[in-house]
Amino acid sequence: MTERRSARHAGGPGESLTRWLVSLPPTLFLLVFFLAPALLMLGASFREPGDFGGLAPARQDGQWNLSLETYRFFFGDWIYGEIFLRSFLVAATTTLLCLVLAYPLALAIARSAKRHRDLLVLLVILPFASNFLIRIYAWIIVLGPADLLYSPFAVIAGMVYVHLPFMILPLYTNLEKHDPALLEAAQDLGAGTWTRFRRITLPLSLPGIWAGSALVFIPVLGMFAIPELLGGTGDILVGNLIKEQFLESRDWPLGATLSILLTIAVLLLAGISAWAGRPRRSSP
Amino acid sequence: MALLEIRNVSRRFGDLKALDDVSLSIEAGEFFTLVGPSGCGKTTLLRIIAGFDEPDGGELLLDGRPLAGIPPEKRPVHTVFQSYALFPHLTVAQNVAFPLEMAGTGHAEIRRRLDEALGLVDLADKARQFPHELSGGQKQRVALARSLINKPRLLLLDEPLAALDAKLREQIQGELIALQREVGITFVFVTHSQQEALALSHRIAVMNKGRLEQIGAPQEIYGYPRNRFVADFIGTVNLLPVEVREVTADHLRLFAAGLGEIVGALAVDARPGQRGALALRPEQIRIVARGEARALENHFHGVVRDHLYLGDVTVYKIALDNGVVLEALLANSLPGPASFLERGEAVDVDWRLGAGVFLHD
Repeated sequence: MTERRSARHAGGPGESLTRWLVSLPPTLFLLVFFLAPALLMLGASFREPGDFGGLAPARQDGQWNLSLETYRFFFGDWIYGEIFLRSFLVAATTTLLCLVLAYPLALAIARSAKRHRDLLVLLVILPFASNFLIRIYAWIIVLGPADLLYSPFAVIAGMVYVHLPFMILPLYTNLEKHDPALLEAAQDLGAGTWTRFRRITLPLSLPGIWAGSALVFIPVLGMFAIPELLGGTGDILVGNLIKEQFLESRDWPLGATLSILLTIAVLLLAGISAWAGRPRRSSP
Repeated sequence: MALLEIRNVSRRFGDLKALDDVSLSIEAGEFFTLVGPSGCGKTTLLRIIAGFDEPDGGELLLDGRPLAGIPPEKRPVHTVFQSYALFPHLTVAQNVAFPLEMAGTGHAEIRRRLDEALGLVDLADKARQFPHELSGGQKQRVALARSLINKPRLLLLDEPLAALDAKLREQIQGELIALQREVGITFVFVTHSQQEALALSHRIAVMNKGRLEQIGAPQEIYGYPRNRFVADFIGTVNLLPVEVREVTADHLRLFAAGLGEIVGALAVDARPGQRGALALRPEQIRIVARGEARALENHFHGVVRDHLYLGDVTVYKIALDNGVVLEALLANSLPGPASFLERGEAVDVDWRLGAGVFLHD
């Protein structure tokens, strides 16, 4: 232990300076583009709406013009909670469907001959070559004649379609790194095909599953274009609600409140899942 | 009846003959080693025994029953992989208990056998650690315990010591021998290290280019190599070009150009007039000061060409009168000088009757 500690100090002040310099750009980026906007949002959520959109001055006639009105509004009307719940349900369904569809595909790519893998990965990301909205309009053409348009089904289908690559890529990156000797060892020690998957491949791919799920779940929560284009009137999600406050109702404080509450909900969820997925030592 | 019977097994990969008509049998309780240079087919043979590969021709019998078509998970054969292949997400105890769990062994029985197996490899205090928290030698022992816990008929070891440093390798060699003796399970050990093969095995099979060159006990393989490949691969050897003059009941009379007659060599099948080489081990050659050679026969003039100090011994290169350079060893029985003989010093070399093996071309 003492040896390792002294080795770490061997680099001296030069090494810690390098480390500090290397971590500076991402730290600055996060401060400027995540923390600062989040704080601006938090500030806006306590303010009053301006007469023609925007925000009313925070200090007027020598008085602070701040309140918890928007929060009272949110918790006072069950409709917002319902939209939040529905959004989480849609996000969870989308994530689950993406996982079920992506896992076999990612596994197949990871187990295919090395010289084919790059091409297959390219095929996965190829849809990004065409515009996102055009691809959603294509779904209108597909679903329209089947009379499936403007339904929860259409929303989920669009969500799954758009987010599938974000599940495949982290899963593939994880599965591709698995040492094939582990599966051979498991087989050698008596594990059949299904057991090898359940006991070796699946647990080792959990980090990939978590990463892919986060990359699907969180964007789906904020997505407003798909429900707007493919969904019916009853299919609006948090994303639509927030967009509406800023662009149509011109109630920036309420929009900011909804954004903040969404961020808090996502962070809570991420915390819970990190806690649930922590490595554990248990006896056999 | 042999435990494992390998009959005329062949395996091709495209144009490459990985295994070419290999037949051998392994007895129960043996420590059997397959040794050869990389690409000689030893690992292919191991994978075929384990069931990860099927032969193109020939058959394998385990306890008299053919193994063909039985998948690896159904064979009472376990492998210790070169990389150990420990499951990184499972603790040492979970790793070692894995085969028992697969076999559906009861909880209480697993507990008992686990304690026994971890005790066997001296890892009882590491049961709750994860593989990445262990040293190379400890991982090795976990892999061994995991493969031995449900008592396979046959344990295959694929270069398990290759990843360890020299000192640790020597220590684990000793542990392996003791372990094999204790559990009584048949070991089939694959290595490219002739030193490991000699140190560990009851019997050794030397392989080259998919073929078996020789099978025998370590002292047979080292003392009586059957051909140039075996003589050269196992240990260090001097090959002195000779021609057979006379074959008598117990030895050969050979002629070496520029040196004269050599007597006392051994050979399995030699005929007068045959050409070949006399294989002499460095430690069989004695170096003495010029004019002091005592033996009546097999002593020749030479000059010290070079020496290599290895600590325990010094290797001398002696150029004979006919230009052939022999390697000979002298133990450094006194500390201090790196060599007792100077470069360019005139010496005599000789060897005992019975030393050296004649290998025909």
